[in-house]
Amino acid sequence: MGNVFEAEGLVKRFGRTTALAGIDLAAAPGSVLGVLGPNGAGKTTAVRILATLLAPDEGRATVAGHDVVRDAPRVRELIGLTGQYASVDEDLTALENLVLIGQLLNLRRREARPRARQLLARFGLGEVAGRKVATFSGGMRRRLDLAASMIGNPAVVYLDEPTTGLDPGKRGDVWRMIRAMTRDGGAVLLTTQYLEEADALADDIVVIDQGRVIAHGTAAQLKALVGGHTIEVRPADPTRLADVITVLGTVAGHRAETPRRDVATVQVDGDGALDETVRRLRAAGIGVAELALRLPSLDEVFFALTGHGAQRPDESGTSKEDAA
Amino acid sequence: MSDTVTTTTTAPVRAGAPPIPARRGALLWHSLALARRNLAKIRRNPVSIGDAVLAPVLFLVVFVYMFGGAVGGSTHAYLQRTLPAILVLSAIMAGMIATGVNLSIDIKKGIFDRFRSLPIGRSAPLIGSVLADVVRYLVAVATVFVVGFLMGFRVQTSPLAALAAAGVTIAFGMALSWVWVLLAMVIRETTLVQTIVSLSIFPLAFGTDMVAPVDTLPGWLQAWARVNPIEHTMAASRGLLVGGDTAVPVVESLLWSIGLVAVFAPAAVVAYRRRT
Repeated sequence: MGNVFEAEGLVKRFGRTTALAGIDLAAAPGSVLGVLGPNGAGKTTAVRILATLLAPDEGRATVAGHDVVRDAPRVRELIGLTGQYASVDEDLTALENLVLIGQLLNLRRREARPRARQLLARFGLGEVAGRKVATFSGGMRRRLDLAASMIGNPAVVYLDEPTTGLDPGKRGDVWRMIRAMTRDGGAVLLTTQYLEEADALADDIVVIDQGRVIAHGTAAQLKALVGGHTIEVRPADPTRLADVITVLGTVAGHRAETPRRDVATVQVDGDGALDETVRRLRAAGIGVAELALRLPSLDEVFFALTGHGAQRPDESGTSKEDAA
Repeated sequence: MSDTVTTTTTAPVRAGAPPIPARRGALLWHSLALARRNLAKIRRNPVSIGDAVLAPVLFLVVFVYMFGGAVGGSTHAYLQRTLPAILVLSAIMAGMIATGVNLSIDIKKGIFDRFRSLPIGRSAPLIGSVLADVVRYLVAVATVFVVGFLMGFRVQTSPLAALAAAGVTIAFGMALSWVWVLLAMVIRETTLVQTIVSLSIFPLAFGTDMVAPVDTLPGWLQAWARVNPIEHTMAASRGLLVGGDTAVPVVESLLWSIGLVAVFAPAAVVAYRRRT
């Protein structure tokens, strides 16, 4: 089946700043494309172009075959948008917000109300339908925002950093709902700063930095680029840090790093490495204050991909131009 | 043919299903839906139209009791000649700051991004905003009539003519508000919009015979007063409320209203489309 949306060679400049330097994006029906990158990478600019809010300087983008610039009115019938900041009206109730958007999508009031109620129930807001949005928590607003982007049964929904600023605990709720959004065959484009989030939701991940795509693959493929997990150790006695570095170096087969005071980290491939680390630390008689096995963070993926990794002497010569 | 294909096609709601066809006059429906949004905001926060009540009361009290004796000979005679002008001033004031400033604040919020991503006419959010402000004009006009009556003003013509005065005034206020809409689209800083709008009240409202007869003004101000569209509307209001020359100023005011909308509404929509 063809892609729901496609972008080719998108370029956007704002004055002397180049927000997008030629990126390609695409997603198949029923899939989630994660666009991962730090602040200022160009994620929001890409979403705004695909949502017809901004025209690209170069390149083209289509939704279901319709050009986002030339056929913008047709594209707007096919998309749902949830912006980075809650795009709902605080002075209206949750129900009024959804009914308004339904009416703007040419539903009659009596058709819009049941549709709105159904979506509010689905997004866990059935109980608070009549409450003013100003009284909502951050998580409730985001969920209302998601519901609002679903009113017109869009072929593609753009979610621009849907969980930024939410408590980690509330993130799970929003994730569950985003996963359900593709069940009717719609595609989702999700931008995020969190690898964890892309990992939990995206079928396909595009990593962008400074307006360029620097990697493209599944979450597993991207993690393999970084090299699996990170083991982090803080010795009970800070003077033993050098010994910890030696132990971690032996386990991993490459040099351990000290990203923070009194903490040594090393990247490992398998989870067997944790057992071995514990065994060797005990054998060396090193008391441990903290010991953790972590997945790679966005920072680490990012360092690995761009070569900015200051702690990786072997790659310090790689410049951004090479990575791009 | 295969079972898997059947499962997908029987899904109850298909994403990207053909959209609901646009109704006839979709732009009007969309604008009205958006106007209702603004009205709901006013209903939730009635204090926000307090200025539409307070300003007319202040104008009437200050002008009539301060200048009445000096300019009009008596406060009562002065009230008769100045209330029709204050009616216009109050209506313009009720719309100008609210329309320009509220829109300038509103457009920066996320919800305007959503409006832009919807398949609605680009002008709908702007028309909706201008339409909702009719409530403010009605409140201001009603206040002038009620307070004016209590102070001793009596309509010299007929109730129908008084309604026509309100109509011409409100039509002019709405038409003029497209200028403030354009400002709000072009200028990003809300405080600057507010300053420009507030200051423009002086040449517009006071470059007229509202406070004193035009003959007593210096030549350059007389020249301005004769072309000032607000002067025409004030003359129309005076003719309709207390009698005198009516037809010409009413036609002039209505032509100005049409002209203002014809020029500034499209300009505001273009500015809105360009704004990113």
